[in-house]
Amino acid sequence: MDRVLRGRTAYIVVWLACFAPIAWLAGRAFAGELGVNPIETLIRQLGVWGLRLLIVGLAITPAARLLRMPVLIRFRRTIGVFAFAYILLHLLNYVVTDQWFDWAAIGKDILKRPFITVGMLAFVLLVPLVATSTDRALRRLGPLRWRRLHRLTYVIVPLGVLHYYMLVKADHRPPLVYAAIVAVLLGWRLWERARKRRAASGTAPAP
Amino acid sequence: MLIRHEGDLTENDVTPKDVYLRRRAFMAGMAGAGLAMGGGAAAADAATGLKGVASPYSTKEPPNTREEITGYNNFYEFGVDKDDPARNAGSLTTRPWTIRIDGHCDRPGTYDLADFLRGNKLQQRIYRLRCVEGWSMVIPWLGVPLADLLKPYGPTSRAKYVAFETLYRPEEMPGQRRPVLDWPYREGLRIDEAMHPLTIMAVGLYGETLPNQNGAPMRLVVPWKYGFKSIKSVVRISFVEKQPRTAWNDSAPQEYGFYSNVNPEVDHPRWSQATERRIGEFRRRKTLMFNGYGEQVAALYRGMDLKTFY
Repeated sequence: MDRVLRGRTAYIVVWLACFAPIAWLAGRAFAGELGVNPIETLIRQLGVWGLRLLIVGLAITPAARLLRMPVLIRFRRTIGVFAFAYILLHLLNYVVTDQWFDWAAIGKDILKRPFITVGMLAFVLLVPLVATSTDRALRRLGPLRWRRLHRLTYVIVPLGVLHYYMLVKADHRPPLVYAAIVAVLLGWRLWERARKRRAASGTAPAP
Repeated sequence: MLIRHEGDLTENDVTPKDVYLRRRAFMAGMAGAGLAMGGGAAAADAATGLKGVASPYSTKEPPNTREEITGYNNFYEFGVDKDDPARNAGSLTTRPWTIRIDGHCDRPGTYDLADFLRGNKLQQRIYRLRCVEGWSMVIPWLGVPLADLLKPYGPTSRAKYVAFETLYRPEEMPGQRRPVLDWPYREGLRIDEAMHPLTIMAVGLYGETLPNQNGAPMRLVVPWKYGFKSIKSVVRISFVEKQPRTAWNDSAPQEYGFYSNVNPEVDHPRWSQATERRIGEFRRRKTLMFNGYGEQVAALYRGMDLKTFY
């Protein structure tokens, strides 16, 4: 298993999986199957897939630890960059196809529409992460500082879920499912940290 | 690549004019059949083939396609996604259908739909519909002015408002099985709004009986207000003295007011109301005050601060 995950094939599979949603969307678009409001469908779908990939990225570390497969970590950056790509397309669709470069309206939306304010904030916070996603940037920053910077995802992903939650009119179950998953993934990190701290100070709880 | 394709989609979605015209000719042919079946009752009895007289209140704008109107709308009783009504409303039985009339009027009671509509000629009203979510359509309704339907019941001087209720039948309306809204769906109008000649009860669409997903067998249409005011599948009409509760106002009072007139100046906290996307069009268009019906309805709100009474 470990050797398979280390190989090139595993990498290609991850890439294909990340491309699948956009390929599916493009296929539906060319078949004219995006419904009678295709712009809305595209924006929603791109946003939701961006959020899902962000959450998958957040799940990599706990999965690697719990499954004792540290090799999984090598897919984390790829998934994160794909998540950014989906979110960038989501934003571009809003700016171009939905608003048609009406900067005054977009500016007003960002200032006055809380769900858009939150979404834009999450996007802005993603930019430094994608900018430092290359091997070179990682080396330049050093692993310690790089990891510290990339803890921004702990803020970005909840903002993404909040953006979704605030958009929903009445049935809040779907965004709450995302919120629950993110809570588990972030909760695990807090729990891990507390456990390590206890171990380090030698006051591990009695069995 | 994707962006360019959207333009193509919009083009494809427009029904060619000759198709409409053929449909019209077909409907005209069916008119005789409708009359033979007994005037107003035809609205409830004929499965297809309704004919309404043209109305000066109709817009000359090209209507959206039947596919757009029946495939993309909100009807939370059948689910919260816009294609849910079309998918899930097939289970609704609309016959028999009764309307309960109560409150401050001379002739309260429970009436069969055919009796409620009897003696009223159907009119075709091609209206703009503006959803609070920022999209709009042009819809060729067939209906009867609400005033003509209500007056025979003799509303008294204490009838300051009219309250409406949608059917509550969770076994046929899957959306009602969860408390997304406080069921049944409720709406209300001030009596002068209810009696306004633009306000109709629609029983048909595109020359056919109203499809379930659009509020069969009878739904309100108030074209100068956001779409959610136009309550669907109505089973109860009450003449009341106090402003009635309404479903979305109960759910989020800071977002949905009782009046909910289309107003580009008053933003919804989640959507700008300055512009809208007409389904089938690429660029957003400016939203008009009272959805373009200001000339007819602005007088109803003279002296009112529409920012307070949104």
